[in-house]
Amino acid sequence: MSTRTAAKASWAAGNTVVVLAALIPVLWLASLSFKDPSTIADGSFLPHKWTLANYRGIFQTSLFTRALVNSVGIALIATVLAVAVGSMAAYAVARLRFPGKQVLVAVTLLIAMFPAISLVSPLFNLWRQLGLFDTWPGLIIPYLTFSLPLAIYTLSAFFREIPWELERAAQVDGATPFQAFLQVIAPLAAPGMVTTAILVFIFCWTDFVFAISLTSTSNSQTVPAAIAFFSGASQFQTPIGSIAAAGVVITIPIILFVFFFQRRIVAGLTSGAVKG
Amino acid sequence: MADIVLDHVTKRFADGTTAVDDANLHIADGEFVILVGPSGCGKSTCLNMMAGLEDVTEGEIRLGGRVVNQLAPKDRDIAMVFQSYALYPHMTVRENMAFGLKLAHLDRAEIGRKVDRAAELLELNGLLDRKPANLSGGQRQRVAMGRAIVRSPQAFLMDEPLSNLDAKLRVQMRTTVARLQNQLGTTTVYVTHDQTEAMTLGDRVAVMRAGVIQQVGTPEELYERPVNLFVAGFIGSPAMNFLPGTLEDGHLHTALGDVALPAEVRAKVQRSGGGRDLILGIRPEHFEDAALVNGRRAEGLTFSAVVDVLEALGADKYAYFRLRGPRATAQELEELAADAGANDAPGGTDQVVARLDPASRAREGQRLQLWFDPGKLHLFNPGNGAHLTL
Repeated sequence: MSTRTAAKASWAAGNTVVVLAALIPVLWLASLSFKDPSTIADGSFLPHKWTLANYRGIFQTSLFTRALVNSVGIALIATVLAVAVGSMAAYAVARLRFPGKQVLVAVTLLIAMFPAISLVSPLFNLWRQLGLFDTWPGLIIPYLTFSLPLAIYTLSAFFREIPWELERAAQVDGATPFQAFLQVIAPLAAPGMVTTAILVFIFCWTDFVFAISLTSTSNSQTVPAAIAFFSGASQFQTPIGSIAAAGVVITIPIILFVFFFQRRIVAGLTSGAVKG
Repeated sequence: MADIVLDHVTKRFADGTTAVDDANLHIADGEFVILVGPSGCGKSTCLNMMAGLEDVTEGEIRLGGRVVNQLAPKDRDIAMVFQSYALYPHMTVRENMAFGLKLAHLDRAEIGRKVDRAAELLELNGLLDRKPANLSGGQRQRVAMGRAIVRSPQAFLMDEPLSNLDAKLRVQMRTTVARLQNQLGTTTVYVTHDQTEAMTLGDRVAVMRAGVIQQVGTPEELYERPVNLFVAGFIGSPAMNFLPGTLEDGHLHTALGDVALPAEVRAKVQRSGGGRDLILGIRPEHFEDAALVNGRRAEGLTFSAVVDVLEALGADKYAYFRLRGPRATAQELEELAADAGANDAPGGTDQVVARLDPASRAREGQRLQLWFDPGKLHLFNPGNGAHLTL
């Protein structure tokens, strides 16, 4: 009994440390965003003078609002494409035997490992030649390159969990392989797709390297890139409050996303599919 | 409805293993045929080839006279019941059953009518709006059957549909399956490894071993006239007893005593290529407690043995005993023993079982006089397992 209590206590202590380590910077950022510019550097954890001026400020500048639109648009399109294409690829990887499958999987992994920064200069030149520089597709394409491996890996793990007999049953019931995929397998893999979508969205949403180097104007600048261009009221003032406020704003969708879909990620939709 | 023909069908997998070797089988329209055999004998592969879930390496499969080798499962108009049921977990019972009809673009009213009819037949009416996760094993099994019959297909293919049910429910569902097939009259191929299911359900039974169909026949034929050791040992419960014997001067020397073989039996053995060493098989019910055999005593032979274990089941008594001398050995018997798990249980392979009249006074540990009718003996060639006196 006492060892169990001790074990519980040590777990609780460990968890607290981890949670605090993760949350304190976020809370610090939130605190900064509510501080009046005059007290920004006071070093206090809680703001002495609460203000919404920083938020009002960023939403009044088109730099931020346009960037927000770009961020949402680019991340959503990249996510939808990655999940749609990734599902089909993952399904093939999980279910079919075809020549070169091992090579495909290995290359996919290789791409995922590839340092993004090394692609920046070639892409910069290439995109300018092709007219993709500072456009939405100019960011969506490299995002797909790096999120597809992630999507294929996660989704193929989910597809492997789904009993093969379900597709066989669907095919015998008169479904084409595509119908079987769409009407039987895809709904069952929905939790996997949601998980993947969240991961891909977060990747696109938080990317800085491509965003800063492949964009130049509010045509396609995303929030992480735009924040770097924030300026203070005067040349000598650092826009810490605005940056903090923008940081908080772009964190909110991610928090909502995870809260909203957590249930579905955890819920095992396949229970009852087979004996048991 | 249609007949199904397997015409010299062979299935070789990519890794070179032959799962089905030159299978020939004609399943008549409306017939209920069982494919039975130990696991890995190729019976499920056969079924999957009929369904179109597995390619045919050589030979032809014809459904209603039409060669279907190249047809996708959806174009074959067959329904399949899977061992795991394979119900769609995100659909209700009604949606599960309607899935195939929807894909066939039937109108809603028609679908509703057909689903209701099938549900009534299987007593699923109250469950139509439930999801599979909220059903018991038996209910899931019935939904799987419902999903098959609702489409009125050319044929039903069933892959061990009852093996996930507990023993009692399995017996109940067995009669349900038999009744359904009688009612619907749809050609049915049923795969099982359970010889009791095979014997009770099928119009005809095909016994498979290592990818080869050993014998096809009615349950009675298989039971009474098995073509080889494998069929003889596989069909029947408890299984046939096998003993070694040597043939000398027209007499068969066995641990049960010497049996004088009639001239025509000897001639048959010789014609079938039997040598000096034979394996004889005798079914448990062809033994009897010698004390209870009155008039026929002279027709048979008596021997005595010490009863190891006695199982009194009410209607029957099973006496297990051991005999002196070596046990019968043949490739087929090894396989059967492995399949029955006898090698894992001590003393499983060399004991003999006799079914006695319940009036028998046999006691465990006591010597018992047993009687048997030598006319009921089966003689096999230990080399190739062939039955020598058919």
